Amino acid sequence: MVGAGHGAGMAAANLRQYGFAGPITLIGEEPIPPYQRPPLSKAWLKGEADEDALTLKPESFYAEHGIDLRLGVRAEAIDRGAGRLRLSKGDDLAYDILILATGARPRRLDIEGANLEGVRVLRSAADAEALKAELGPGRRLAVIGGGYIGLEVAASARALGADAVVIEREARVLARVANQTLSDFFKSYHEARGVTFELGAEITGFEGANGRVAGVRLGDGRLIACDVVLVGVGAIPNDELAREAGLDCTTGVIVDEAARTSDASIFAIGDVTLRPMPLYNRLFRPESVPSALEQAKQAACAIAGRPGPPSEVPWNWSDQYDLKMQLAGLPFDVDEVLVRGDPANAHFAVFHLNQGMIQAVEAVNAPAEFMGGRQLIGSRRVIARERLADPSISMKEVAA
Amino acid sequence: MAKITYIEHDGTEHAIDVKPGLSVMEGAVKSNIPGIDADCGGACACATCHVYVDEAWRDKTGSMSAMEESMLDFAEQVEPNSRLSCQIKVTDALDGLIVRMPESQH
Repeated sequence: MVGAGHGAGMAAANLRQYGFAGPITLIGEEPIPPYQRPPLSKAWLKGEADEDALTLKPESFYAEHGIDLRLGVRAEAIDRGAGRLRLSKGDDLAYDILILATGARPRRLDIEGANLEGVRVLRSAADAEALKAELGPGRRLAVIGGGYIGLEVAASARALGADAVVIEREARVLARVANQTLSDFFKSYHEARGVTFELGAEITGFEGANGRVAGVRLGDGRLIACDVVLVGVGAIPNDELAREAGLDCTTGVIVDEAARTSDASIFAIGDVTLRPMPLYNRLFRPESVPSALEQAKQAACAIAGRPGPPSEVPWNWSDQYDLKMQLAGLPFDVDEVLVRGDPANAHFAVFHLNQGMIQAVEAVNAPAEFMGGRQLIGSRRVIARERLADPSISMKEVAA
Repeated sequence: MAKITYIEHDGTEHAIDVKPGLSVMEGAVKSNIPGIDADCGGACACATCHVYVDEAWRDKTGSMSAMEESMLDFAEQVEPNSRLSCQIKVTDALDGLIVRMPESQH
């Protein structure tokens, strides 16, 4: 496996659970064994989870299960004809089956001052550690990008006593992923906890003093003073290795429902893939842990000669302050949006419908809406709108 | 350490020592015990770490939060002794705990 992140670690564990007995090698550029990234912007950043909680499996697990972890090593090229992988360190590695789990990297801004000390991104444990070291009482954080990562980091920064300002190019936060109701809700929830917003704001550059960032220059000429910047403006799939090897790629490596690439002996899983979404009849790059774990199972089943796992409704989650946000489905082809519950109580759900069928639900502190919604999305049933919109009828009854 | 016995749906038993402070889910996942998926890593966001707590241990494992209760309400094959194992903290008092797993987590 190329990559030793969450998906790769689980694929290796699944292979052993499914009885695959051949040698497994994980090649990872990071110096640490597979770990979970979601807490890096949430519980870990706030200091509520330790390293142990991040680690996927204890280090002894790999040796005990015949999994060779080669950390701090980069795969340089795939020779598909010879079935060999060229590595940055050590000899070439022969393979019968390859799994690409190279993930994605944070998009960086190509503007003046982008290389100043203190302009940070968040992807790896090392990124998180560097960011955490810069947050604390009285520190001023500027978050570029009002997406989930940006909002989670802003919430964690407030918990650590730092000031936070979120600067977003669009007129609302979560503009690419959520509708107006959610955007408005999250903005006011953050504002009530001391976060400020600059929306519809263009950034022209970062300004520094002695090589360190001191402010963000906006298009209207204003300077937002800060001590540290988090750039959270999306991710780029690490598909270069696959591309250079001639595998079918567009934005990401194209795979089928068994996580197989255009080469039958090469699989790809996780954020690097553009994968089929059976419920929505299209390819998509979900960039989510649940999707990576589903694909880890798909690939492991195919390799171990087992039937594939049942197809899942895509889902994800976000923690901010005391809010638990859970998302199921994808808001494609939506012709109606329905809100159940009252955002003013921080307990509501937004349902996205297509011809009366639920395509997606975004639930805030509303686990029943999430769980019931997820089932209804999978069932492709036309639901009774007026019942779904009425919180006095339980989700259990709505979904029955 | 607390000894916890995880019993797969097919009857396979795994008795392992789990460090107090971890959750019952983490104990299983770190030892690669099949049958507990725990896709969200313990955030009580996915209901894929569903277990049945042995009757003798129901009181000692504490009560459920409203969140856990709502999540479980929609899980498959729920029984009165169903719990999400990410929400059970391991303590010395749980030495000897037995949990069984459902047929599937999805």
